[in-house]
Amino acid sequence: MSEEEKKAQQESGPADAEKDEKQKAAETTPIAEAGQTAAQQSVEAADPEKAAKLKAAAEARAARAAAKAAAETAEAAEASAPPPPSPKQPELDAVTALIRREVADEALEDAYINELNGHMPTLIVKNEYWRSIAELLKIENDFTYLRNVSGVDYETHLEVVYHLVSLRSGRELAVKIKADREKPEVSSATPVWATANWNEREIYDLLGIVFPGHPDLRRIMMPDDWAGHPLRKDYEPLDSEV
Amino acid sequence: MIRTEELLLNVGPQHPSTHGVFRIVVKLDGEVITEATPVMGYLHRGTEKLAEQLNYTQIIPYTDRMDYVSAMTNNYVLVHAVETMMGLEVPERAEFLRLIVMELQRVASHLVWWGTYLLDIGAMSPFLYAFRDRETIINLFNELCGARLTYNYMRVGGVKWDAPPGWIDKVSEFIPYMEGKLREYDKLVSGNEIFLARIKGIGKYDAETAIDYGLSGANLRCTGVDWDLRKAEPYSLYSRFEFDVPLGQNGDCYDRYRIRLEEIRQSLRILKQAIVQFPSSGETMGKVPRAIRPPAGEVYTRIESPRGEIGCHIVSKGKAEPYRLKFRRPSFVNLQILPKLLIGETMTNLITILGGVDIVVGEVDC
Repeated sequence: MSEEEKKAQQESGPADAEKDEKQKAAETTPIAEAGQTAAQQSVEAADPEKAAKLKAAAEARAARAAAKAAAETAEAAEASAPPPPSPKQPELDAVTALIRREVADEALEDAYINELNGHMPTLIVKNEYWRSIAELLKIENDFTYLRNVSGVDYETHLEVVYHLVSLRSGRELAVKIKADREKPEVSSATPVWATANWNEREIYDLLGIVFPGHPDLRRIMMPDDWAGHPLRKDYEPLDSEV
Repeated sequence: MIRTEELLLNVGPQHPSTHGVFRIVVKLDGEVITEATPVMGYLHRGTEKLAEQLNYTQIIPYTDRMDYVSAMTNNYVLVHAVETMMGLEVPERAEFLRLIVMELQRVASHLVWWGTYLLDIGAMSPFLYAFRDRETIINLFNELCGARLTYNYMRVGGVKWDAPPGWIDKVSEFIPYMEGKLREYDKLVSGNEIFLARIKGIGKYDAETAIDYGLSGANLRCTGVDWDLRKAEPYSLYSRFEFDVPLGQNGDCYDRYRIRLEEIRQSLRILKQAIVQFPSSGETMGKVPRAIRPPAGEVYTRIESPRGEIGCHIVSKGKAEPYRLKFRRPSFVNLQILPKLLIGETMTNLITILGGVDIVVGEVDC
């Protein structure tokens, strides 16, 4: 069973239980209603104003129940329909088409919309094509501003994320490059964006990713003779007292 | 015969004009700098590594200690990132309080810069003026959250403390006071011939260089690039207020000076509108789950701190602690252009240019 199927089954579990309960409730209501009407009749005789109020309340209850049922069916319909395409989908399509045309068909490992992050278009590119893609993005796609570079240790692999923005149009793009944990190498973007320089040095220092093409790859935060890269998940300090 | 040789000079890490433990090694030919190498890391505390063992609420006080001159904006960038991931709504009163403290913080931060910059260049008294006026803001913050520098004020979904009775009135009294003081600053300093001679045309670069180096804040806008995240990618309630983004033309220390002073005026303008619109009652915390666990995935959010774009990149695996938390610190990125600016300058201009970049070392090292 795939992950999705499992999830669907789990989700349907509580929903079924809910249905059962509703059915039970439906079975019991006639009795309750009978009781209520009896009470109502006795009240009606005593106080017509109160009876009118009770009647209005019962009507309101019925209306609320109907509205709830309608909302539930609408929700169910929404869940079964495919999600609407992201507003940033055309942006993503344009940039992937450009890369496929100008660089190589196999340069992209993946391209998707990060919905969590305001529908940020995100690319995963192969390292051997990264340098030419970087130049293309800057020159042809107006991504002149490199706003952030992050390194992440995923334990199975390492990853470098470049967050780009076009100051003219405000378009954004995240580009990721995966690296092997044993021999991590990602082509340096410093020749394309000067701001990558210290950012890449920091990633080299803290995660141990090597950036071929970097003009000055030295540690920047830790002392030069430090052993290991502290942001690695399996990092053990050489001297635990420090 | 006169013997000439290159002089290797170490500045810092305890030099008073480096505003913290920042060090720069310069090579001098006579009085002219031929090479400059910044050396950082003396204040590196491993905030990003520590954050991986802490839950999101516990990380907030750590953000106070990055840019300790502007702790409120640091608080905001973290809680904003978590709120974005979880799709949380923040009550209006809480969001107004956040915006008010962030703009007060911008004023306070620029006052620290203004005072210390002039102190670096050799004018003692402006520093005293600036710190006197900043004290008013610090007292306001102290009254609000019990701290003068490291506020730990914001929470995911709102703020920790509501404004005490009369606090908003005190903020509105501060605005005309500060406007008057700004006029005084201009009279005292902005037209001073000696000061102008020291900063006009110094540390110049163009827009293309600024963008290439990823500069932000006044360092970017002094070249005429209209990029203020409060306008360009509005967050919080900034789209509701009228304010201008001051721009420069020449990209020199003088333009950066003018922009920062003008930004104080614009912040006061925002504050004036915020106080009029401030909701008289309401919640200060939104509906937040007991355990804050953002869904698996990642976000990068950014806001305009007094020093430029401060960003927060969170990778979550659905746990209470972040899997990876990275801060994009504007001081760290802005400082990168320093070696380029120093080459060919005289030693006396080193401090003028470094001060003009406006760094906080707690944020450079993180």
